[in-house]
Amino acid sequence: MKAVRIVQGRAVPLDRSDVDTDQIIPSDWLKRVERTGFDEGLFATWRDDPDFILNNKNYRGAKILVAGTNFGTGSSREHAVWAIQQYGFEAVVSPRFADIFRNNCTKNGLVAVQVSPDCGSDLMAAVQAAPDLQVTIDVTQLTVKVPAIKFATTYKMDVATQRRLLEGLGDIELTLQHANDIVTYEQNRRHWLPRSVSFPE
Amino acid sequence: MLEHRPKTLSEKIWDRHLVKVGQNSEPDLLYIDLHLIHEVTSPQAFEGLRISGRTIRRPDLTLATEDHNVPTTDIDKPIKDEISRKQVETLRRNVEDFGITSFPMGHPNQGIVHVIGPELGLTQPGMTIVCGDSHTSTHGAFGAIAFGIGTSEVEHVLATQTLPQSRTGTMSVKVTGELPPDATAKDVVLTIIGTIGTGGGIGKIIEYRGPVIAGLSMEGRMTVCNMSIEAGAKAGLIAPDEVTFSYLRDKPHAPKGADWDEAIADWKTLCTDQGASFDDEVTIDGSKIGPMVTWGTNPGQVVALDDVVPDPDSFKESPYRESASRALEYMGITAGTAMRDITVDTVFIGSCTNSRIEDLRSAAAVVDGRRVAKGVRTLVVPGSGQVRAQAEAEGLPEIFRAAGFDWREPGCSMCLAMNPDKLSPGERSASTSNRNFEGRQGSLGRTHLVSPPVAAATAIAGTFAAPADLA
Ligand code: SF4
Repeated sequence: MKAVRIVQGRAVPLDRSDVDTDQIIPSDWLKRVERTGFDEGLFATWRDDPDFILNNKNYRGAKILVAGTNFGTGSSREHAVWAIQQYGFEAVVSPRFADIFRNNCTKNGLVAVQVSPDCGSDLMAAVQAAPDLQVTIDVTQLTVKVPAIKFATTYKMDVATQRRLLEGLGDIELTLQHANDIVTYEQNRRHWLPRSVSFPE
Repeated sequence: MLEHRPKTLSEKIWDRHLVKVGQNSEPDLLYIDLHLIHEVTSPQAFEGLRISGRTIRRPDLTLATEDHNVPTTDIDKPIKDEISRKQVETLRRNVEDFGITSFPMGHPNQGIVHVIGPELGLTQPGMTIVCGDSHTSTHGAFGAIAFGIGTSEVEHVLATQTLPQSRTGTMSVKVTGELPPDATAKDVVLTIIGTIGTGGGIGKIIEYRGPVIAGLSMEGRMTVCNMSIEAGAKAGLIAPDEVTFSYLRDKPHAPKGADWDEAIADWKTLCTDQGASFDDEVTIDGSKIGPMVTWGTNPGQVVALDDVVPDPDSFKESPYRESASRALEYMGITAGTAMRDITVDTVFIGSCTNSRIEDLRSAAAVVDGRRVAKGVRTLVVPGSGQVRAQAEAEGLPEIFRAAGFDWREPGCSMCLAMNPDKLSPGERSASTSNRNFEGRQGSLGRTHLVSPPVAAATAIAGTFAAPADLA
């Protein structure tokens, strides 16, 4: 995973709440066994509509997706995060993210920026009005700034997530540093806990 | 130390799985007792293991099944869809290479991952259970912490049998009073989601409590916990009791003999202590719950079957108003229409929410001796090979077939439309599944979530109906 400190660029306003992962990447796309090739599947159904915001050429090349509240609800599919990243986004801004989606973001270095509902609407309105606004998301300072319109706000992120993004750390390596603790834990587990072996026919 | 502080049930389970307490705001490291995998969210995890040269720490705590994209007809023939076939074949190679027990299509134990765990007795109180699928919350019905994870986390669990997790908030949802006879567990959970909203549980583990919950069977409890994720919750659980113990007693993987006694003694400690406090508490009057139907494109957009399609303007707050008008447009219905006047094209009885034997029995009781309305396509998809066999032993397929229903092989089927069972654009379904998202059951399809008895009655009437409406 690549470390990320600053995401800077234009933003696309996706003015909808409750955008679920079935919309982000429809289930037909989940049949792939690879981790790549999901960019075309991003919002695949909505993209059939020529008026859909991603089809607006003024927003082409944007790095930031600004969405309504409850973003990423529904299915646990990490493919949603892969699709967003492979399309070219490096950060998503929303007043609220679904838990599994947010976790999946961290594992892949996609920055989930949770702002207050008011700041979310202000930013949405600003990028709707001016597609070429430069937005800067700083993961070190936990700030979102749009200097051209004097917009600045902070956002919440737990320290552990921030550390992983800044250092590009993979969790498996970190966990394996505690291999001895895992062994000790296993020695003390209740002996009658089930095992997925020896099924009666 | 805080040893004697009263704890909620989820805190107790969390604490007994601590491999390492997170220092300096790092997440805790939790041990995982059971890891369920399936063909859709696992291939990239195995690929990751291969690339990094890692093995699986505990194949004996891992179980695989084929459910999401398997066909529900002609399962003795190769899967027609080439990409689906490749995904299933990939899972078969992975379980073979890494030594994991797996139930392929056609195996008597095969089925939807959240149906087979409980019926095999692998889901037990006090455990931590994960799966690359958001409805893992189902297993919480046994008093376990069970939640869905992404593919990177699947790889993490395969490699380490643990997961780093930050402490989750707690929430109590109490359902009081007595449930009217025409209300089911599905109506209870739809009412809960309608009340707290699709984001109401974000960041929290919900404990369902109160007399209505205690009065539910294990099947009903699984239906309730299953949809916790639709309220945004990390997980949902119910304290184990006699109902739980008697369900588990004869299950293949339940503890036996002296182990059983030891387990029961342990499970009896799994409850929220007197005086423990939750971060959030909600109480719902169960005596007011009746048959429910969703009208929109998320499970929180729900009304009583007796009601009408709501007017978006009745939602004072943004974004609910906008989201309601968009939903009505997508669903092709207008505000003020009685739910009972809406005609359906398809009825789907199945999914990890409502495909267990009780669900099928309750639907069969409604259709027995009746005929499906003309032009309505109907599908009954049992949750597992075991459910299917049990239903056959009870003669349910004959009842369904005589009424005009299609009786299928087990799998997720039209719940998410990854296999050939799909809605066509514009088609409307009454579905016992858990998600009415746009396109969930097929591109541009329109889904209304209901209970099994309502689905069955709707199939007969051709419009939304409760069993009591049928002549
Ligand atoms: S039945 Fe539906 S919700 Fe349940 S596991 Fe399958 S796809 Fe997911």
